[in-house]
Amino acid sequence: MRRPVADVVAVVTAFVTFFPIYWMVLSALKPAGEIQSLDARPWTLAPTFEHFQRVLTGENFSRYFLNSLFVALTVVVLSALVAFLAAVAVTRFTFRFRTTVLIMFLVAQMVPVEALTIPLFFLIRDLGTAVPGVGLNTLGALVLVHLAFSLPFAIWMMRGFVAAVPEALEEAAMIDGAGRATILWRVIFPLVAPGLVATSVFSFITAWNDFIFARTFIISAKDNQTLPAALLVFFKPDENDWGGIMAASTLMTIPVLIFFIAVQRRLIAGLGGAIKD
Amino acid sequence: MTQAGRTRTPWLYLLPTVAVLAPLFGYPIYMLGLLSVFDYRQAQVSGGEPTTFIGFGNYATLFGDPRFWSILGQTVVFAAVLVIVTLAVGAALAVVLTRAGHWPRLLLSLAAMAAWAAPAMTGSTVWMFLFDADLGLVNQVLGIDGFNWFYDRWVTFGVVGATVVWHSFPLVMVMLFAGIQAIPVSVREAAALDGASEWQSFWRIIVPMLRPLITIVVIQSIIWDFKIFTQIYVMTNGGGIAGQNSVLNVYAYQTAFGSSEYGLGSAIGVVMTLILLVVTLFYIRALHRTGEKL
Repeated sequence: MRRPVADVVAVVTAFVTFFPIYWMVLSALKPAGEIQSLDARPWTLAPTFEHFQRVLTGENFSRYFLNSLFVALTVVVLSALVAFLAAVAVTRFTFRFRTTVLIMFLVAQMVPVEALTIPLFFLIRDLGTAVPGVGLNTLGALVLVHLAFSLPFAIWMMRGFVAAVPEALEEAAMIDGAGRATILWRVIFPLVAPGLVATSVFSFITAWNDFIFARTFIISAKDNQTLPAALLVFFKPDENDWGGIMAASTLMTIPVLIFFIAVQRRLIAGLGGAIKD
Repeated sequence: MTQAGRTRTPWLYLLPTVAVLAPLFGYPIYMLGLLSVFDYRQAQVSGGEPTTFIGFGNYATLFGDPRFWSILGQTVVFAAVLVIVTLAVGAALAVVLTRAGHWPRLLLSLAAMAAWAAPAMTGSTVWMFLFDADLGLVNQVLGIDGFNWFYDRWVTFGVVGATVVWHSFPLVMVMLFAGIQAIPVSVREAAALDGASEWQSFWRIIVPMLRPLITIVVIQSIIWDFKIFTQIYVMTNGGGIAGQNSVLNVYAYQTAFGSSEYGLGSAIGVVMTLILLVVTLFYIRALHRTGEKL
């Protein structure tokens, strides 16, 4: 393949790949009349925020947005701390069952999480009667399940970042009289912080994109609904409100996009570490 | 540090992980298996009837149901096609990336990144809008107003599949691109000097050298594509007309929460888990082959 050919293929594919995102944002900005038009144009001369306004003011959407943000950020912070400790344990120590533990983290990643909604539904229902705040219809329940489902991958990915920290640094700190805790939080933690951020993207996405758990656990508490379920409100049996759907979809995509772009370099380095280090 | 301290420390660090995963991951898996051997339906959930142990009754029902076999079949076919297409697109574009100039490469990387980052949910809604019968851009461009892409089973699978590939090819592309970049330039140059065509050097040099990486990408893709849920559920409104577009994952969910057959739904979940477990064993073996230190 000659370079000009590759250039053309790359540019055309980039265009095609990006087009759905462009179309989503464009349609969100189009006046209702243009969306209903049978002669769709790939531009608009009269951009409007009417769909965004309708979405954000009606149907509790901003509430759902904050709910999603709360769940995702809580999961990110908790998952980062827990995964960091576990990653240190499996990279810096040799102990019995270490390999078994690692393989279990790997196997956990393949479990069809959707099928686990069945037992989890009953577990969360029973948990809710014992502990307030984590039962059905609560955001706490969503935090718990997403924390559990994001951990195995987060640990697996963090492993690469922790392994990259030279052990000599820890030895030097130990000679200087630093204890285990100091080494952990003052030496290793700052050094793997960038990796922790990259890993966080995946925890964030697991929680942010969730559709099935929100749908299954949040049954009657309208106030505790999250974004994906809220998006479905705009689907109507006779005529879908496409302007509203596209505006809501845009609002749901933007945080992930920002997160992704901010950490993209480390992301790819981290994936290399997670998959083959 | 004392010897006892050294052996206790790692477990101390693993304690939070165990505290989260044992009740919220391990126990539900155990419970999934347990539910699958009980007659557990709406009547039992509400306490109207006692829960009875029925052994492999749910599995017998399942394996005797032609619908289960047809859904299992289409799940396998759908996943297989997705894996092949994702891999072909991802590999082709990885090669394109190595050849393209700086700006086209950056452009494609950014576009792929955007498709990758888009939540499965919003990707589904946008593609639904693009393929809408009346207002969709695709029908207007093709001049087939009113054609319903979500009516015929295989056409529907095609649109949903395209959405999934759009979402998943970027990761494959990025990983294979990184792999190709790691092959010494001299090797590729030597092949070019010896008169190898692009096609030949791809199949004779890149593929053999990247075999371990490709194996891992393939198995990862199998695991993901076998578990597709959101796209099917959202785009076909829970499994399509009369559930014709159901895959195992959606089928398990619908059986449990749609028909309140929690025991039977769990049995489907167990079957899925066992199939994926076998795939994972191959994955672990592949990881070992690449020299991964566990």
